[in-house]
Amino acid sequence: MSPLLEVNELQIAFGGVKAVNGLSFSADAGEIVSVIGPNGAGKTSAFNCITGFYKPVSGTVTLDGADITGKRPAVIAATGVTRTFQNLRLFPDLTVLDNVRGGMHLYGGQNFVDALFHTPRYRRSERAYTDEAHRWLDFVGYKGGRGIPVRNLAYGQQRQVEMARAMARKAKLVLLDEPGAGLNHSEKRDLLELCRKIRDLGAAVVLIEHDMGVVMEVSERVVVMNFGREIADGTPDEVKRNPAVIEAYLGKEDEPGPDEAGPGGPERGES
Amino acid sequence: MSENSENVDASRAPRRIGKPASRVSRLFESRQLGWAAFAIAVLFPFVLASNYAMSIGTTAVIFILLASGLNIVVGYCGLLDLGYIAFMAVGAYTSGIISKAWELPILFTIPAVLLMCILAGLVIGGPTLRLRSDYLAIVTLGFGEIIRLTANNLAITGGPSGIYGIPGVSLFGLDLSGPVPYYYFCVVVVALMVLGSARLGKSRLGRAWRFVREDEDAAEAMGIHTYKVKLAAYIFGAIWGGIGGVLFASHLSAISPQSFVFLQSALVLMAVVLGGMGNTRGVVVGAVVISLLPEFLRDMGNLRYVIFGVVLVAVMVLRPQGFWPSRAYEPDLPPAVKDDAGGGPDAPVTTAKGGTP
Repeated sequence: MSPLLEVNELQIAFGGVKAVNGLSFSADAGEIVSVIGPNGAGKTSAFNCITGFYKPVSGTVTLDGADITGKRPAVIAATGVTRTFQNLRLFPDLTVLDNVRGGMHLYGGQNFVDALFHTPRYRRSERAYTDEAHRWLDFVGYKGGRGIPVRNLAYGQQRQVEMARAMARKAKLVLLDEPGAGLNHSEKRDLLELCRKIRDLGAAVVLIEHDMGVVMEVSERVVVMNFGREIADGTPDEVKRNPAVIEAYLGKEDEPGPDEAGPGGPERGES
Repeated sequence: MSENSENVDASRAPRRIGKPASRVSRLFESRQLGWAAFAIAVLFPFVLASNYAMSIGTTAVIFILLASGLNIVVGYCGLLDLGYIAFMAVGAYTSGIISKAWELPILFTIPAVLLMCILAGLVIGGPTLRLRSDYLAIVTLGFGEIIRLTANNLAITGGPSGIYGIPGVSLFGLDLSGPVPYYYFCVVVVALMVLGSARLGKSRLGRAWRFVREDEDAAEAMGIHTYKVKLAAYIFGAIWGGIGGVLFASHLSAISPQSFVFLQSALVLMAVVLGGMGNTRGVVVGAVVISLLPEFLRDMGNLRYVIFGVVLVAVMVLRPQGFWPSRAYEPDLPPAVKDDAGGGPDAPVTTAKGGTP
């Protein structure tokens, strides 16, 4: 059986800069895959490319055997991909419930004629939307007010709402771009739990994360990126021992000679 | 103060309004307000039924329709349209030309008007909606002028002198072209259209419009085809404007390109912004103010436009979010709790509605 998500030799360039340069990896349903790497390694660019926000120069992205390379983000979302953003991208002036309803747009259930005449179909689907929104907020463990604008919420709660919105999409593939950024220790615990819950729903979870504790604990597989391509791919333990990974993160001991991972030396400032 | 410093995005602070509903804001959100406004409109001729008052009243009511249509485009979807009056022109000219050419009653032209408005929405929206914010505004401004200049130069539209003798409305053999009957006809049509735009705003499509307004990329990531959704807003706006054009043409029985200058677009936009973008009730209030204030100031002669301008500037400085902005709030009871809290404000609404006469 072929994996759910297959990224093959992906390349994205901004002018002369190749942000992603021949990235290949895959993710299976019911699996948590972490993508890690130093800043500027191309992780978010790769996400944006998988979800259609960037058009790749070459390479393919397939989901469940269907080619989704370079399609419009909305079309890709409709095939079963959902995501969160590195910097929260909520609908700030809308209520928490409305934000989660945002993930349910593709459920359909009513058209504008239903809305104009308030047909039974309209009432039924509106009630279903609301019930679902509550259900997903419960799912992510959200405890705050639900009828107030999200801009009034604390950061951690906004993260939860974004997660609920992404989950409401009911996608086969869930891409989380640094879901743990800015969360405190106990919130991170909850996040780990949530990732497992999402996986148990049968989705493939791919997350970008900088917190190695989180990565090593939650992922079944880790893909390490540097200079726009994967330099290691394996279980957390395998990756931890991989010399290329250690080099990328800690730098190389002072030896002359070109570096095989890519052009230029690895960034030393990264820890 | 400490609240403000926490929220870095201070530029948008005026729109931060979301404490749970107080008694006053409940009142402002009550369903009966729409009926109250309708009742005021219905009772107005009993107070003042001169031809002049009826003419002003009809113009104001049509203006409300235009504002509620533009509210779909600007308020819900966040697309700044500076040439909205072009859709009104399309509606007015279509119904005028057809009703004159085939001597049709004006209501029979409505299917053609709808068709032309949808077409105009597609033609104008198709290429422009790929642009964002400022660029869109400039291009719509251009399109507004193109429509007016086209009407000014074509033979079929009567050139600069326009079209005369557009028939009044008659319904089931009943002549409604007199000032008072026509006023009532407009009130009913506009009330239904305003209700329609409010209902659209609360539907799945209306939410999609707001998602696009709030964050286009996030909306796209959730599977909302933003281009189609924006085009839908444009088309609905065009239909509302077109119907406004039909009412306008039938009201004045004559139309000319001078009726569709940029100032008109600006005034409709002003009504939407002044009233409160995205909130139908606010927009209705804004439209009433914009259309009636110059009339109240008529005694002042030319000075009235100065005063009008000063009032507008003052309102925008003192209340930039408009008189009555849309307020993001809804009851936040999860479904399980809802059953227990039977006395809650939202649960008995459906039953109570049947009980009140």
